[in-house]
Amino acid sequence: MQDRIPILHMGSCLLVTIQVDMHDRLALQLQDDLTERISSTGAKGVLIDISSLEMVDSFIGRVLGNISSMARVLDAKTVVVGMQPAVAITLVELGLSLVGVSTALNVEKGMKLLANA
Amino acid sequence: MSKTQLPGIIKKAKDKLQANWVQQQFDAVGMRRDLIKTDELTKQSGDFLNQFLAGVESGNMVDIKSPAWAPALEFLNTISRQRERMGFSPSETAQFVFSLKEPLFAQLRTDLKGSPDELIEEMNSATALLDKLGLYVTEVFQSAREDVIKRQQEEMLELSTPVVKMWDGIVALPLIGTLDSARTSVVMESLLQRIVETGSEIAIIDITGVPTVDTLVAQHLLKTVAAARLMGADCIISGIRPQIAQTMVHLAIDLSAVTTKASLAEALKVALQRTGHRVVRDVDVK
Repeated sequence: MQDRIPILHMGSCLLVTIQVDMHDRLALQLQDDLTERISSTGAKGVLIDISSLEMVDSFIGRVLGNISSMARVLDAKTVVVGMQPAVAITLVELGLSLVGVSTALNVEKGMKLLANA
Repeated sequence: MSKTQLPGIIKKAKDKLQANWVQQQFDAVGMRRDLIKTDELTKQSGDFLNQFLAGVESGNMVDIKSPAWAPALEFLNTISRQRERMGFSPSETAQFVFSLKEPLFAQLRTDLKGSPDELIEEMNSATALLDKLGLYVTEVFQSAREDVIKRQQEEMLELSTPVVKMWDGIVALPLIGTLDSARTSVVMESLLQRIVETGSEIAIIDITGVPTVDTLVAQHLLKTVAAARLMGADCIISGIRPQIAQTMVHLAIDLSAVTTKASLAEALKVALQRTGHRVVRDVDVK
């Protein structure tokens, strides 16, 4: 099996750090793994750190939005943290403003957001 | 085409040519004596005449982009830029090259008195050559001006988008002037960059200095707000003047997703509240 993105379990939260360039298959794999883990652990929060992600396309943007919607259905809140300015501009220009997804500047602030929820 | 006699003629009568040429330049109507000194002009004329001679000696009378003409072009480039800075007009600058024609043709006429055909041929090629060099001078002059304009534009762009830190976790962007697509992208980039650098959770965009807001400007603003939100920072738009508020409503621009405040002070108050700060007034101080 090829590489996948590790999902860490911390308390009632799941922590995902994307440190490689996302390609489409990897994104879908993450979506599968994450929904699986949310239902198996009963996690209440998902934190996705994309501070090392330097490039996104419309597909990855949509997958991020989808993951958050799926997590909400499974009763978990998703926070996307550490988005780079260039990535944010790209997503906005693509018309994907990820409505409904919570965001935070860094992991610390994102964790606080999840703890308060 | 027979081999040109120009090099020989110029070499033989160089000093005389130079003296005549300098005289010619000073006698020209509208010569800016206030901008350039006699000895400087004499030196420049002498230098150029040497390089012109070197170019002509190469035998290439047609293509001034060839390597043989490189020193002459380099020299004209320097002179043109220098004169642009000194305040010469483009035609006054080009005159430097064109004024060489008269003394040169006078010399040709004396030397080739016996053979009118050769005289005409030499004059033709010299004219074509000097025209090209003159146009080159104008071109350089123009590009020097354009460089200045471009630099000023860039400076204006930089000057007009300062992102200031208001408090811990609060940055403000006072916008002044019309927002177009190019400016918006610069504004957006510098704002987002500062948000990352300062780790600010709240960004205040103050549009007091924006004269008009149309649908395009509003769209640019909303894009900036959306991008900041994606990074995890909240935006507050402040300084919306009454006329602009009216325009926005008439244009059916939906700002309901964004916090808006009438003044920067109000926005700062909200921002402080959200970041958990409280401003307390000391009653004893008048």
